[in-house]
Amino acid sequence: MAVKRREFCKLAGVSALALAGGSASAPGAAAEANETDKLIGEPIVGNRWAMVVDLQACRKEEGCRDCIVACHSTHNVPAIDEPKEEVKWIWKEHFAEAFPNQQHEYLAHDLQHEEVLVFCNHCDSPPCTRVCPTQATWKRDDGIVMMDWHRCIGCRYCVAACPYGSRSFNWRDPRPYIDEINADFPTRSRGVVEKCTFCDERLAQGRMPACVEACKDKCLVFGDLEDPGSEVRRLLEKRHAVRRKPGLGTQPEVYYLV
Amino acid sequence: MNDKGRIVLGLLAFLVLITFPVWYNLVSGQDSRPPEVELPTDETRCVADREFMRTEHMQLLMDWRDAVVRDKQRIYTTEDGRQFPMSLAGTMHTHDGGSCMSCHANKDKFCDRCHDYLSVTPYCWDCHVEPKGEQ
Repeated sequence: MAVKRREFCKLAGVSALALAGGSASAPGAAAEANETDKLIGEPIVGNRWAMVVDLQACRKEEGCRDCIVACHSTHNVPAIDEPKEEVKWIWKEHFAEAFPNQQHEYLAHDLQHEEVLVFCNHCDSPPCTRVCPTQATWKRDDGIVMMDWHRCIGCRYCVAACPYGSRSFNWRDPRPYIDEINADFPTRSRGVVEKCTFCDERLAQGRMPACVEACKDKCLVFGDLEDPGSEVRRLLEKRHAVRRKPGLGTQPEVYYLV
Repeated sequence: MNDKGRIVLGLLAFLVLITFPVWYNLVSGQDSRPPEVELPTDETRCVADREFMRTEHMQLLMDWRDAVVRDKQRIYTTEDGRQFPMSLAGTMHTHDGGSCMSCHANKDKFCDRCHDYLSVTPYCWDCHVEPKGEQ
Protein backbone atom coordinates (compact mmCIF):
# COMPACT_ATOMS: atom_id res chain seq x y z
CA MET A 1 0.00 0.00 0.00
CA ALA A 2 1.44 3.33 -1.00
CA VAL A 3 1.61 6.22 1.44
CA LYS A 4 -1.48 8.34 1.04
CA ARG A 5 -1.05 12.08 0.66
CA ARG A 6 -2.86 12.73 3.91
CA GLU A 7 -0.64 10.31 5.83
CA PHE A 8 2.46 11.67 4.17
CA CYS A 9 1.56 15.23 5.17
CA LYS A 10 0.89 14.09 8.72
CA LEU A 11 4.19 12.22 8.92
CA ALA A 12 6.10 15.10 7.41
CA GLY A 13 4.46 17.51 9.83
CA VAL A 14 5.20 15.37 12.84
CA SER A 15 8.83 14.84 11.78
CA ALA A 16 9.33 18.55 11.21
CA LEU A 17 7.85 19.38 14.62
CA ALA A 18 9.97 16.72 16.29
CA LEU A 19 13.12 18.09 14.67
CA ALA A 20 12.31 21.68 15.52
CA GLY A 21 10.90 21.38 19.00
CA GLY A 22 12.47 18.21 20.30
CA SER A 23 9.49 17.49 22.50
CA ALA A 24 6.76 18.22 20.01
CA SER A 25 3.83 15.83 19.90
CA ALA A 26 1.23 15.06 17.29
CA PRO A 27 -2.36 15.87 18.17
CA GLY A 28 -4.04 12.81 19.60
CA ALA A 29 -0.83 10.81 19.87
CA ALA A 30 0.94 10.75 23.20
CA ALA A 31 4.51 11.95 23.26
CA GLU A 32 5.84 9.32 25.62
CA ALA A 33 8.49 7.07 24.12
CA ASN A 34 6.64 3.84 24.77
CA GLU A 35 3.54 5.31 23.17
CA THR A 36 5.28 6.11 19.91
CA ASP A 37 6.19 2.50 19.27
CA LYS A 38 2.52 1.68 19.61
CA LEU A 39 1.93 3.83 16.53
CA ILE A 40 1.02 1.71 13.52
CA GLY A 41 3.65 2.14 10.79
CA GLU A 42 3.51 1.54 7.07
CA PRO A 43 2.99 -2.18 6.35
CA ILE A 44 5.93 -4.22 5.05
CA VAL A 45 4.77 -5.88 1.85
CA GLY A 46 6.27 -8.65 -0.26
CA ASN A 47 5.36 -11.10 -3.00
CA ARG A 48 6.81 -14.33 -1.59
CA TRP A 49 7.87 -14.26 2.03
CA ALA A 50 10.53 -16.74 3.11
CA MET A 51 12.87 -17.33 6.01
CA VAL A 52 16.51 -18.34 5.94
CA VAL A 53 17.90 -19.98 9.09
CA ASP A 54 21.69 -19.89 9.44
CA LEU A 55 22.34 -23.07 11.43
CA GLN A 56 26.04 -22.33 11.81
CA ALA A 57 25.37 -19.02 13.49
CA CYS A 58 22.45 -20.44 15.50
CA ARG A 59 24.68 -23.21 16.86
CA LYS A 60 27.14 -20.77 18.42
CA GLU A 61 25.19 -20.19 21.55
CA GLU A 62 24.00 -23.42 23.03
CA GLY A 63 20.65 -23.43 24.77
CA CYS A 64 19.65 -20.01 23.44
CA ARG A 65 15.88 -19.66 23.35
CA ASP A 66 15.54 -15.97 22.62
CA CYS A 67 13.50 -16.37 19.45
CA ILE A 68 11.23 -19.00 21.00
CA VAL A 69 10.54 -16.89 24.06
CA ALA A 70 9.94 -13.77 21.94
CA CYS A 71 7.51 -15.56 19.63
CA HIS A 72 5.60 -17.37 22.32
CA SER A 73 5.20 -14.34 24.54
CA THR A 74 4.18 -12.12 21.62
CA HIS A 75 1.53 -14.55 20.47
CA ASN A 76 0.22 -15.75 23.83
CA VAL A 77 1.31 -19.33 23.21
CA PRO A 78 0.49 -21.41 26.29
CA ALA A 79 3.28 -23.35 28.01
CA ILE A 80 1.72 -26.79 28.57
CA ASP A 81 4.20 -29.36 29.82
CA GLU A 82 2.49 -32.50 28.61
CA PRO A 83 4.02 -33.45 25.24
CA LYS A 84 0.69 -34.73 23.90
CA GLU A 85 -1.06 -31.45 24.53
CA GLU A 86 1.72 -28.91 24.12
CA VAL A 87 1.28 -25.92 21.85
CA LYS A 88 4.22 -24.54 19.92
CA TRP A 89 4.88 -22.13 17.10
CA ILE A 90 8.68 -22.33 16.99
CA TRP A 91 10.83 -24.91 18.73
CA LYS A 92 14.00 -26.99 18.48
CA GLU A 93 14.15 -30.45 16.99
CA HIS A 94 17.12 -32.86 16.67
CA PHE A 95 18.78 -32.64 13.28
CA ALA A 96 17.89 -36.26 12.48
CA GLU A 97 14.24 -35.60 13.16
CA ALA A 98 14.08 -32.31 11.32
CA PHE A 99 15.98 -33.70 8.32
CA PRO A 100 15.31 -37.46 8.22
CA ASN A 101 16.52 -37.64 4.61
CA GLN A 102 19.89 -36.12 5.41
CA GLN A 103 20.67 -38.59 8.16
CA HIS A 104 23.59 -41.01 7.79
CA GLU A 105 26.00 -42.86 10.05
CA TYR A 106 28.97 -40.59 9.45
CA LEU A 107 27.18 -37.29 9.72
CA ALA A 108 29.37 -34.50 11.06
CA HIS A 109 29.54 -34.75 14.82
CA ASP A 110 28.20 -31.28 15.54
CA LEU A 111 25.25 -31.83 13.21
CA GLN A 112 24.38 -35.15 14.81
CA HIS A 113 23.91 -33.53 18.16
CA GLU A 114 22.53 -30.35 16.85
CA GLU A 115 19.11 -29.03 17.59
CA VAL A 116 17.50 -27.27 14.66
CA LEU A 117 15.06 -24.41 14.91
CA VAL A 118 11.78 -25.41 13.28
CA PHE A 119 8.47 -23.69 12.65
CA CYS A 120 5.78 -23.54 9.98
CA ASN A 121 7.41 -23.77 6.55
CA HIS A 122 4.77 -21.65 4.83
CA CYS A 123 4.90 -24.11 1.97
CA ASP A 124 4.27 -23.04 -1.58
CA SER A 125 2.06 -26.08 -1.98
CA PRO A 126 0.65 -26.47 1.54
CA PRO A 127 -1.17 -29.74 2.21
CA CYS A 128 -2.83 -28.29 5.32
CA THR A 129 -4.87 -25.70 3.44
CA ARG A 130 -6.16 -28.27 0.96
CA VAL A 131 -7.81 -30.35 3.65
CA CYS A 132 -9.37 -27.54 5.68
CA PRO A 133 -13.17 -27.86 5.33
CA THR A 134 -13.91 -24.27 6.40
CA GLN A 135 -11.05 -22.35 4.76
CA ALA A 136 -9.89 -21.39 8.22
CA THR A 137 -6.38 -21.84 6.85
CA TRP A 138 -5.31 -20.70 3.41
CA LYS A 139 -2.31 -19.41 1.49
CA ARG A 140 -2.23 -15.66 1.09
CA ASP A 141 -1.02 -14.08 -2.14
CA ASP A 142 2.23 -13.16 -0.42
CA GLY A 143 2.86 -16.80 0.47
CA ILE A 144 1.96 -16.71 4.15
CA VAL A 145 -0.04 -19.75 5.20
CA MET A 146 -2.56 -17.91 7.31
CA MET A 147 -4.95 -18.98 10.06
CA ASP A 148 -8.39 -17.56 10.75
CA TRP A 149 -9.09 -18.70 14.29
CA HIS A 150 -12.64 -17.39 14.07
CA ARG A 151 -13.37 -20.02 11.46
CA CYS A 152 -11.48 -23.02 12.81
CA ILE A 153 -13.86 -25.77 13.89
CA GLY A 154 -11.14 -27.95 15.39
CA CYS A 155 -11.42 -30.92 13.05
CA ARG A 156 -7.60 -31.29 13.04
CA TYR A 157 -7.40 -32.39 9.40
CA CYS A 158 -4.63 -29.83 8.94
CA VAL A 159 -2.71 -31.23 11.90
CA ALA A 160 -2.80 -34.64 10.23
CA ALA A 161 -1.90 -33.21 6.83
CA CYS A 162 1.16 -31.18 7.88
CA PRO A 163 4.26 -33.36 7.46
CA TYR A 164 6.31 -31.10 9.75
CA GLY A 165 4.21 -31.16 12.91
CA SER A 166 3.94 -27.40 12.70
CA ARG A 167 0.37 -27.26 13.91
CA SER A 168 -0.82 -27.57 17.48
CA PHE A 169 -4.31 -28.20 18.76
CA ASN A 170 -5.71 -26.59 21.88
CA TRP A 171 -6.97 -29.56 23.83
CA ARG A 172 -7.84 -27.31 26.75
CA ASP A 173 -8.40 -23.65 27.50
CA PRO A 174 -4.94 -22.12 26.96
CA ARG A 175 -5.42 -19.03 29.16
CA PRO A 176 -4.31 -20.56 32.49
CA TYR A 177 -1.05 -21.62 30.82
CA ILE A 178 -0.03 -18.18 29.64
CA ASP A 179 2.26 -16.37 32.07
CA GLU A 180 1.67 -12.84 30.93
CA ILE A 181 -0.98 -12.14 28.34
CA ASN A 182 -0.02 -9.75 25.55
CA ALA A 183 -3.07 -7.55 25.03
CA ASP A 184 -2.09 -6.85 21.44
CA PHE A 185 -2.69 -10.40 20.32
CA PRO A 186 -5.65 -12.66 20.99
CA THR A 187 -5.26 -15.95 22.79
CA ARG A 188 -6.94 -18.97 21.28
CA SER A 189 -9.81 -20.94 22.75
CA ARG A 190 -10.23 -24.63 23.35
CA GLY A 191 -10.75 -26.63 20.17
CA VAL A 192 -8.75 -24.43 17.81
CA VAL A 193 -5.60 -25.21 15.84
CA GLU A 194 -2.73 -22.73 15.85
CA LYS A 195 0.68 -22.21 14.28
CA CYS A 196 3.23 -19.62 13.17
CA THR A 197 1.82 -16.99 10.79
CA PHE A 198 5.14 -15.32 9.90
CA CYS A 199 3.94 -12.50 12.17
CA ASP A 200 1.42 -11.21 9.65
CA GLU A 201 0.13 -8.79 12.31
CA ARG A 202 3.59 -7.29 12.83
CA LEU A 203 4.30 -7.00 9.09
CA ALA A 204 1.02 -5.11 8.75
CA GLN A 205 2.24 -2.64 11.36
CA GLY A 206 5.64 -2.19 9.75
CA ARG A 207 7.62 -4.50 12.02
CA MET A 208 9.71 -7.59 11.29
CA PRO A 209 8.71 -10.98 12.75
CA ALA A 210 9.28 -11.27 16.50
CA CYS A 211 11.81 -14.13 16.21
CA VAL A 212 13.89 -12.25 13.65
CA GLU A 213 13.94 -9.18 15.87
CA ALA A 214 14.84 -11.22 18.96
CA CYS A 215 17.87 -13.06 17.49
CA LYS A 216 20.99 -11.18 18.49
CA ASP A 217 23.21 -13.29 16.19
CA LYS A 218 21.04 -12.53 13.15
CA CYS A 219 20.57 -16.25 12.42
CA LEU A 220 17.06 -15.67 11.12
CA VAL A 221 16.69 -13.69 7.93
CA PHE A 222 13.24 -12.86 6.66
CA GLY A 223 12.58 -11.47 3.21
CA ASP A 224 10.91 -11.50 -0.16
CA LEU A 225 12.11 -14.26 -2.50
CA GLU A 226 10.74 -12.43 -5.51
CA ASP A 227 12.90 -9.43 -4.80
CA PRO A 228 16.31 -10.21 -6.40
CA GLY A 229 18.02 -7.68 -4.17
CA SER A 230 16.70 -9.08 -0.91
CA GLU A 231 18.94 -10.49 1.82
CA VAL A 232 17.30 -13.93 1.56
CA ARG A 233 18.07 -14.14 -2.16
CA ARG A 234 21.64 -13.00 -1.58
CA LEU A 235 22.16 -15.70 1.08
CA LEU A 236 20.59 -18.44 -1.03
CA GLU A 237 22.82 -17.54 -3.99
CA LYS A 238 25.95 -17.49 -1.87
CA ARG A 239 25.51 -20.52 0.37
CA HIS A 240 24.10 -24.02 0.10
CA ALA A 241 20.68 -24.31 1.65
CA VAL A 242 18.48 -27.30 2.40
CA ARG A 243 14.77 -27.57 3.05
CA ARG A 244 12.88 -30.03 5.22
CA LYS A 245 11.53 -33.17 3.50
CA PRO A 246 11.73 -31.73 -0.02
CA GLY A 247 10.67 -35.07 -1.54
CA LEU A 248 7.11 -34.54 -0.37
CA GLY A 249 6.65 -31.75 -2.89
CA THR A 250 5.30 -29.24 -0.40
CA GLN A 251 7.91 -26.65 -1.44
CA PRO A 252 8.80 -25.32 2.01
CA GLU A 253 9.81 -21.67 2.13
CA VAL A 254 12.07 -21.99 5.13
CA TYR A 255 15.67 -22.54 4.07
CA TYR A 256 18.46 -23.86 6.27
CA LEU A 257 22.07 -22.89 5.67
CA VAL A 258 24.10 -25.88 6.95
CA MET B 1 -73.01 -26.60 35.57
CA ASN B 2 -72.39 -25.52 39.13
CA ASP B 3 -68.59 -25.16 38.64
CA LYS B 4 -68.70 -21.51 37.59
CA GLY B 5 -67.04 -20.37 40.78
CA ARG B 6 -64.25 -22.88 40.53
CA ILE B 7 -63.60 -22.10 36.87
CA VAL B 8 -63.42 -18.37 37.52
CA LEU B 9 -61.12 -18.98 40.49
CA GLY B 10 -58.91 -21.23 38.36
CA LEU B 11 -58.76 -18.72 35.56
CA LEU B 12 -57.87 -15.97 38.02
CA ALA B 13 -55.09 -18.09 39.54
CA PHE B 14 -53.82 -18.83 36.05
CA LEU B 15 -53.78 -15.14 35.12
CA VAL B 16 -51.99 -14.19 38.31
CA LEU B 17 -49.34 -16.84 37.74
CA ILE B 18 -48.75 -16.09 34.08
CA THR B 19 -48.38 -12.36 34.72
CA PHE B 20 -46.08 -13.03 37.67
CA PRO B 21 -42.97 -11.46 36.06
CA VAL B 22 -44.87 -8.24 35.34
CA TRP B 23 -46.44 -7.56 38.70
CA TYR B 24 -43.50 -8.96 40.63
CA ASN B 25 -41.32 -6.26 39.08
CA LEU B 26 -43.95 -3.64 39.84
CA VAL B 27 -44.41 -4.72 43.45
CA SER B 28 -40.72 -5.19 44.23
CA GLY B 29 -39.97 -1.78 42.74
CA GLN B 30 -37.27 -3.19 40.49
CA ASP B 31 -36.34 -1.09 37.54
CA SER B 32 -37.13 -2.64 34.22
CA ARG B 33 -35.75 0.19 32.14
CA PRO B 34 -33.05 -0.63 29.60
CA PRO B 35 -29.52 -0.45 31.00
CA GLU B 36 -27.42 2.66 30.76
CA VAL B 37 -23.99 2.12 29.32
CA GLU B 38 -21.06 4.23 30.40
CA LEU B 39 -19.68 6.25 27.52
CA PRO B 40 -16.12 7.55 27.30
CA THR B 41 -15.72 11.01 28.76
CA ASP B 42 -12.78 12.28 26.74
CA GLU B 43 -14.09 11.30 23.30
CA THR B 44 -17.47 12.11 21.84
CA ARG B 45 -17.20 10.75 18.31
CA CYS B 46 -17.15 7.02 17.62
CA VAL B 47 -16.18 5.56 14.24
CA ALA B 48 -19.78 6.03 13.10
CA ASP B 49 -22.81 7.80 14.49
CA ARG B 50 -24.46 6.61 17.66
CA GLU B 51 -27.62 5.13 16.14
CA PHE B 52 -25.62 3.11 13.66
CA MET B 53 -23.24 1.83 16.30
CA ARG B 54 -26.10 0.93 18.60
CA THR B 55 -27.80 -1.33 16.09
CA GLU B 56 -25.02 -2.38 13.71
CA HIS B 57 -21.85 -2.68 15.80
CA MET B 58 -21.89 -6.44 15.57
CA GLN B 59 -21.98 -6.36 11.77
CA LEU B 60 -19.26 -3.70 11.70
CA LEU B 61 -17.06 -5.83 13.96
CA MET B 62 -17.55 -8.85 11.76
CA ASP B 63 -16.70 -6.83 8.65
CA TRP B 64 -13.57 -5.59 10.41
CA ARG B 65 -12.65 -9.12 11.42
CA ASP B 66 -12.84 -10.35 7.82
CA ALA B 67 -11.00 -7.29 6.50
CA VAL B 68 -8.11 -7.75 8.93
CA VAL B 69 -7.73 -11.50 8.90
CA ARG B 70 -8.65 -12.32 5.34
CA ASP B 71 -8.07 -9.18 3.27
CA LYS B 72 -4.95 -7.73 4.95
CA GLN B 73 -6.73 -4.42 5.56
CA ARG B 74 -6.10 -3.05 9.03
CA ILE B 75 -7.05 0.60 8.87
CA TYR B 76 -10.65 1.83 8.82
CA THR B 77 -11.45 5.27 7.43
CA THR B 78 -14.57 6.87 8.88
CA GLU B 79 -17.00 8.95 6.83
CA ASP B 80 -15.38 12.13 8.08
CA GLY B 81 -11.91 10.91 7.12
CA ARG B 82 -10.46 9.82 10.45
CA GLN B 83 -8.42 6.62 10.47
CA PHE B 84 -8.56 3.91 13.10
CA PRO B 85 -7.05 0.45 13.45
CA MET B 86 -9.70 -2.22 12.94
CA SER B 87 -8.96 -3.71 16.30
CA LEU B 88 -11.22 -4.70 19.15
CA ALA B 89 -8.84 -4.66 22.07
CA GLY B 90 -5.27 -4.02 20.88
CA THR B 91 -3.14 -1.14 22.14
CA MET B 92 -1.68 -0.10 18.78
CA HIS B 93 -3.04 3.16 17.42
CA THR B 94 -2.99 5.58 14.50
CA HIS B 95 -2.73 9.36 14.78
CA ASP B 96 -6.51 9.55 15.15
CA GLY B 97 -7.02 6.89 17.76
CA GLY B 98 -6.84 3.26 18.81
CA SER B 99 -8.96 0.15 19.12
CA CYS B 100 -12.57 -0.04 20.37
CA MET B 101 -11.43 -0.73 23.90
CA SER B 102 -8.95 2.15 23.92
CA CYS B 103 -12.02 4.37 24.35
CA HIS B 104 -14.50 1.93 25.85
CA ALA B 105 -11.97 0.75 28.39
CA ASN B 106 -14.44 -0.87 30.73
CA LYS B 107 -16.02 -3.99 29.31
CA ASP B 108 -18.33 -4.51 32.29
CA LYS B 109 -19.85 -1.06 32.12
CA PHE B 110 -20.05 -0.87 28.35
CA CYS B 111 -20.35 -4.20 26.54
CA ASP B 112 -21.73 -6.37 29.32
CA ARG B 113 -24.47 -4.06 30.58
CA CYS B 114 -26.42 -4.35 27.34
CA HIS B 115 -25.42 -7.88 26.50
CA ASP B 116 -26.45 -9.15 29.92
CA TYR B 117 -29.78 -7.31 29.74
CA LEU B 118 -30.48 -8.84 26.33
CA SER B 119 -29.13 -12.24 27.33
CA VAL B 120 -26.66 -12.39 24.48
CA THR B 121 -23.24 -13.93 25.01
CA PRO B 122 -20.88 -13.05 22.18
CA TYR B 123 -17.68 -15.08 22.39
CA CYS B 124 -15.28 -12.23 21.51
CA TRP B 125 -13.60 -12.41 24.91
CA ASP B 126 -12.86 -16.11 24.77
CA CYS B 127 -9.81 -15.06 22.79
CA HIS B 128 -9.53 -11.28 22.63
CA VAL B 129 -7.95 -9.76 25.68
CA GLU B 130 -10.13 -7.61 27.88
CA PRO B 131 -8.34 -4.42 28.91
CA LYS B 132 -7.02 -4.32 32.45
CA GLY B 133 -7.40 -1.20 34.57
CA GLU B 134 -10.52 -0.32 36.52
CA GLN B 135 -13.00 -3.11 36.35
